[in-house]
Amino acid sequence: MNRIGYFFLYLALIVVAMFQILPLIWLFIFSLKDNREIFAGSPFALPSEFRWENYAKVWDGGIGVYFFNSVWITVVAIILTVLFASMATFAITRMRWKLSGLVLGLFMIGLMIPIHSALIPLYSMFMGVGMIDNPWSIVLTYTAYNLPITMMILLGFYYTLPKEVEEAAIIDGCSIHRMFFRIILPMTTPVMATTVVINMIYNWNEFVFVNTFISSEKYKTLTVGIQNFIGQYMTDWGAIGATLIISVLPIIIAFIFFSNKVVEGISSSAVKG
Amino acid sequence: MGLNAMNKVMSNKLHIALYIAPALLLVSVLVFIPLILSGYYGLMDWDGIGAKTFIGLENYITGIQDSKFWDSALHSFLLAVFSTLSLAIYLAVSIILASKIKGADLLRKIYLIPMLLSSVAIAQLWIKVYNPSSGILNTFLRSIGIENPPNWLADPTIVLFAIFIPILWQYAGFYILIYYAALKNIPESLIEAARIDGATPFQIATRIKLPLIKEVVSVTIVLAIVGSLKYFDLIYVMTAGGPNGASEVMASYMYKLAFNSYNFGYGSAIGFLLLIITMVVTVIVRKVTATKERIEY
Repeated sequence: MNRIGYFFLYLALIVVAMFQILPLIWLFIFSLKDNREIFAGSPFALPSEFRWENYAKVWDGGIGVYFFNSVWITVVAIILTVLFASMATFAITRMRWKLSGLVLGLFMIGLMIPIHSALIPLYSMFMGVGMIDNPWSIVLTYTAYNLPITMMILLGFYYTLPKEVEEAAIIDGCSIHRMFFRIILPMTTPVMATTVVINMIYNWNEFVFVNTFISSEKYKTLTVGIQNFIGQYMTDWGAIGATLIISVLPIIIAFIFFSNKVVEGISSSAVKG
Repeated sequence: MGLNAMNKVMSNKLHIALYIAPALLLVSVLVFIPLILSGYYGLMDWDGIGAKTFIGLENYITGIQDSKFWDSALHSFLLAVFSTLSLAIYLAVSIILASKIKGADLLRKIYLIPMLLSSVAIAQLWIKVYNPSSGILNTFLRSIGIENPPNWLADPTIVLFAIFIPILWQYAGFYILIYYAALKNIPESLIEAARIDGATPFQIATRIKLPLIKEVVSVTIVLAIVGSLKYFDLIYVMTAGGPNGASEVMASYMYKLAFNSYNFGYGSAIGFLLLIITMVVTVIVRKVTATKERIEY
């Protein structure tokens, strides 16, 4: 193709990139301004003075608690999901039993269901066992709903593990638990990393379950917390901007460091309908 | 002896149960049982707190005759149509991106960034973008001489389109990523052969590349349609279904019935209809878009 042709192709790609990135740049810029400057100045002009105090103000104003809740709930749910999914995938792909195909099919149906159809019964079940407004209801729900996609990603890798590894381990007198935790799990590290990344994105960004099951401020995660919080600061754009930037920062940082894993995870989660 | 020992260990019922139980128990109790219960609660008159009264199919009949439910279903289907049409844009961008572009890897990562953010943060950001007086959209429109730009989220005739733009923004990177990977899988020799035969870049794109990634395109059509039927977070935060129900979708309608009006019985029935509609549409779209022959190259 000629030079002019390529020029227009690049132009098209850059316009799309601008569309994707400009709203976020605008968000970051206004998170460092005060209202006077936001309403009077040009939207993309740098702030005359970087008002980092917007960040300090919202952090101390309650975002810190939501942030901490998001972190621990995300981490605990990731550990449980990846561990249980690995165990189940191991049982389905490596052990010999008649119902394994059926059980696998059941997990895969779990990929398709709309969560809203299960929401009212889940709520009344947690209510029945006294787990409404208890963060563990969130941890368990995240784990259950992310198991199918996590197993889906793990499956391919488990099918390709060579049988000889298990044979050698068992001939050496290794117990099945030792074999799973000391040999199989470490071998699956690359694909586990992919599932960790995808679980992190899902858990960190989840909204409906927390919004429905949690009512105390002290248990809310960022997605729900920033909702009420932004209500308080209705007219203070700088504070709202700072809140939103804080809420997306961990994911953006993870993306900067593990972008290839994120790309891999998102591509392999494409099956989730 | 080794293989025998191996068979024994790997078909030990206790081991199998131990390894499958945590996952199977969680998914059964928290995913499948609630789905079944949803259908059952739909048969009840229930406020979520008091006793349940069995009323047969009344809630389902009400649901089928409920014009508000069908309006919300219509909005969900419109979003599904917009999402499917927008696949053409993503596909075009991906074809350009995959045609020996320097920096393609960086560009597709930039495109992906909105996909990583929570729908709540995206909704809050776009509320600001659409702000009638200080949002960047209307600031821009005024700067090019449009004196009275619309109040995007308050106008019932445009609110659904206004909501679709952030959805487009959010998912662009995801679909481009999938198409790009599929296009990069096409052997260079095929493209080269066509070029030698005198095919134009446009012909190469439409006659060679597109047919070769047909299967991936049908997967994305299923994803776009089924995903649209389940949209909730973004709409709930941006407009809460308003103004006056103009952006209500199935999931937000169900959510309001249950958790704002405490109509748990009817809400469950609507939730169950949502499940059935999603399942039926998934099966139909899969059937319609299924490619008959697997492509070998």
